[in-house]
Order: sequence, then structure tokens, then C-alpha cells
Amino acid sequence: MTAATQIETTFREEHGRVLAALISQLGDFTLAEDALQDALVNALERWAVDGVPRNPGAWLMTAAKRRAIDRLRRAATQERHTVILDSGEMEDEPEMNDSLPDERLKLMFTCCHPALALEAQVALTLHTLGGLSTPEVARAFLVSEPTMAQRLARARKKIRDAGIPYRVPPADLLPERLEGLLAVIYLIFTEGYVSTSGDSLTRHELCEEAIRLCRVLVSLLPHSAEAHGLLALMLLHDSRRATRLNAAGELVLLDEQDRARWDQAKIREGVAILDRALTLNDPGPYQVQAAISALHAEAPTAEATDWRQIAALYDTLAAMTPSMVVEVNRAVAVALAYGASVGLQRLLNLEDQADSYYPFHAARADLLRRTNQREAAAEAYEQALALCGNNAERAYLQHRRDEMLQYPATR
Amino acid sequence: MKYLVLMYANDSEAPQTEGELQAIQQAWFTYMQEAQTAGVLLSNGGVAPGANATTVRVRNGKPLITDGPFAETHEQLGGYSVIECADLDEALRWAEKIPTVKYGSIQICPLWAPG
Repeated sequence: MTAATQIETTFREEHGRVLAALISQLGDFTLAEDALQDALVNALERWAVDGVPRNPGAWLMTAAKRRAIDRLRRAATQERHTVILDSGEMEDEPEMNDSLPDERLKLMFTCCHPALALEAQVALTLHTLGGLSTPEVARAFLVSEPTMAQRLARARKKIRDAGIPYRVPPADLLPERLEGLLAVIYLIFTEGYVSTSGDSLTRHELCEEAIRLCRVLVSLLPHSAEAHGLLALMLLHDSRRATRLNAAGELVLLDEQDRARWDQAKIREGVAILDRALTLNDPGPYQVQAAISALHAEAPTAEATDWRQIAALYDTLAAMTPSMVVEVNRAVAVALAYGASVGLQRLLNLEDQADSYYPFHAARADLLRRTNQREAAAEAYEQALALCGNNAERAYLQHRRDEMLQYPATR
Repeated sequence: MKYLVLMYANDSEAPQTEGELQAIQQAWFTYMQEAQTAGVLLSNGGVAPGANATTVRVRNGKPLITDGPFAETHEQLGGYSVIECADLDEALRWAEKIPTVKYGSIQICPLWAPG
């Protein structure tokens, strides 16, 4: 590892933790971020010469606190009124002190406060906890740098001006706030896994960042079954990342993926974490989805998949979180467990509500294809194509549609 | 922190029956009493029902006066409170106790505290 990459890795690892502790001490989000930014610039110069210190987090913390004092002094002089500075606290040398308090949970809940717009929650989480720079976050969400900078600045300002607290929510608020936090982490993952537009179907970095954030969350909230469930779910999905696209960049469906190339280490870890989640005895939608994903991951072949079990799990999921996605997937599972025509019938029952939802048409097309109704299948693929914006998925749908048109139904 | 709490509701969705109205009145009483006892409620007021609002703007030194609120929304401002809370979570907690929250919507604006 070169000095530069070692420094960069250290920054990434320490960023969230140092920032979280710094906000706690300074009581000011923006000041903490600016001071840490100054400290990182400092570190880049010093570490390149002296090497990365033994405890880089504490080093950054000390440097950032000094920079914060500088900034406050400058502001005080400019405004010509005194700011009381607690310089006593600055006396100690945290370089000597190995343990930086872990305040990241507070930072997570603050960044994911429901009073912030969802897109701001996502951006702020990646920026503060993931240590992604503004241009990196902007690229990940296909917006311009100034737009992203503005989004982040507005969110920070709202945290301060609207009085969004910097703390772990009290017990009565915790369940709903945790739900929001998990949703943000999963959104980061899915944004990386299946981007809603553009060519990069899988954007590794976002997936990895979501998994890393969830690992931190699980370590800080070891009794949350759903945090474990989400981590398991993401690991299991991620184990199939290498096989989701073919060389031409087309989507490859689960039953046609090369199972030998699934990441067995991630599958084992995902299954182990799901097992731990289940021992916490607090079922939830992430755990159910992880269980479905685990059944796929553990099936040696597509034909050996336990579709009856999967269909039953979708029943559970539909009862917990009813949605069109779940209904469509449930119908497909029923088709594979009990026959395509049974599943197709279920799917058609959804038609009134699902007509503008492309996965509905894609699933309908696939079931029509499986029951050899080629013309109807081609038409359904066409309807899905008209609604789908993802290039890799479009390539798959086009391919299937052409296949159906090429070999018309035997009359 | 001080928050201005604005209560918006659509008249047509407000409770109509005698029983419902009585329940609402009771809920108002409870909210006011709780918030006052907690020292949270600084001031409070209701907007006279009906389309009585008037909007004025001064442009080029000339007042422009129009009938109605400036935004065409079906939810109308029905009342306000000024509350003092530790943070937004506490303000939200109080806002969720306001009876109109069940059919209208409540906007929580932090008041600017200079200095």
C-alpha cells in the first residue's frame, strides 16, 4: 500500500468516528465539519512525511479541535465580540489517549432525521459517516457538484436552525427512527446495486459503503434484529453482484446466473448474521427478505430452489409491508412453486393497480414466456420496455422481446 | 428554542357532528392545559373561520390588496401556537397532540433567535 492510499483509507475509516465525536464536543455540525476538513489537509501534509500515526483518529481529533478554536477566534475577532472558549479542554493530548468515544450512532440518527428530505439524509450520511467527498456523493447520485454542495449545506443549516437534536432518540421514538435509518442505508445499497438510470448498474462503492455503515450500526445496536436482518440481506444480495450482468452489460436473471461465481464468503457471513438476527426473536421485513435471499443463495441450482418456502415468506412479507413489489414477487414465487398459470392468474389480479409499474409487465412477460404464449409475452415485454429506464434491464427486456418475435407461437 | 406552530386544515374535512366537535373541544382543552402546565405554550390563537383572509403587497410604493391567502391551497390556516422546546423532537411531540393534526397538517417553523 502506498503512503497516499494508506492515508486515504485511514481518512475513510476514521472520518465518521472523528466527526461524530467532534460534533458532540463542539455542539456545531458545520464548525465540526470545517475543522475536520482543515485537519485532514494538515494530516495529508504531515503524514506524507512522518507516516500515519499510531492512533490516527485521536491525531485528527486533536488537530481538528485546534482548527476549530482557530476558526472560533477568527470569527470572534471579526464580529468584535467575545466567544468563551473552553481552552482547558484543549490541554490534554489525545494522541496519548487511545479511546475516542464512539458517537457515530448519534450522527447516524441526526443525519437520518425525518425532518430532512430523504435525498438530503442519504447525501449527508454518505458525506459525514462514509467520508465521501461532495464531488463523490454528487457523482453517485448523478447531480452536479454545486447542487450536491447546496443540498448538504441546506441540510446542515436545517439541523442547526430547526433544532434537530444530536442524540440517539429516546426509547419511545427509537423504533420509528431506526426504521428510517435502516431505510436510508438500504437506499444507498440499492442505489449502488440497481441504479435507477444510466449505464452503471452496479456501483460497487455505494454497496460497500452501505454494508460498512450497517456493520457499524450492528456493532452499536447489537440487539436490533432488523439491523442484523438488513446487513444479512445486503451481504446476500451482494454475493451475486459479479453475475448480475453479462459481458454485454445485460441483466442476467437469478435462474440464469452462474452460481459457481457467487461469493461464498459473503453468503456464509450473510446466513450467519441472519441466524443471529433470528435468535433476537423480533421478526421484521429485512429479516424476511434476507431469508428469501438466503434460500436462493443456498440452492445449488435454480431448479433446486425451495419456491414453496419462498412463496410462504412472501406471504409473511406481504402481511408486514404490503406493496406492489412484494405482490409481484409473490406471484412469481407462486408461479415457480405451484405452476406458471396459477402465478399468472395472481399477477393478473394486480393489473388495475400495477399497470404503470414495469416489473409487473416484466414478470407477466416472463410467465407468459414460460407458458409459451409468445405473442402475448412479446407484447408484455414491450409494455415493460416503455416504462423501464435502466439500461441493463432494458437490454434484457429487448433481448427477450426479440426472442419472442423471432419464434412466433406454434399454431 | 421557540417554534411557531401553524395549524392548517381543510374545513370540509373537519369534524361535523356534535359528538365529534365535543371530542375536539375536549382535546383542545387537554392540549392547552398540558402545554401550559409544562411551560411550553407561550401564546396561542385561532383564525376566524371562513374565507376572511386578505393579502397585501407593496410594490413600487403602491399597496396591492387581494382577497384570500397568497397561496391557493385547499388547507387554510386555522390557528397558531408559539411554543418553547428543547429541540425539534420535543416540538414535534407537542404538535402531534394538537387535535387538528388528525385531519389537517401542522407546520413547525423555528423562530429566529438573533445573537
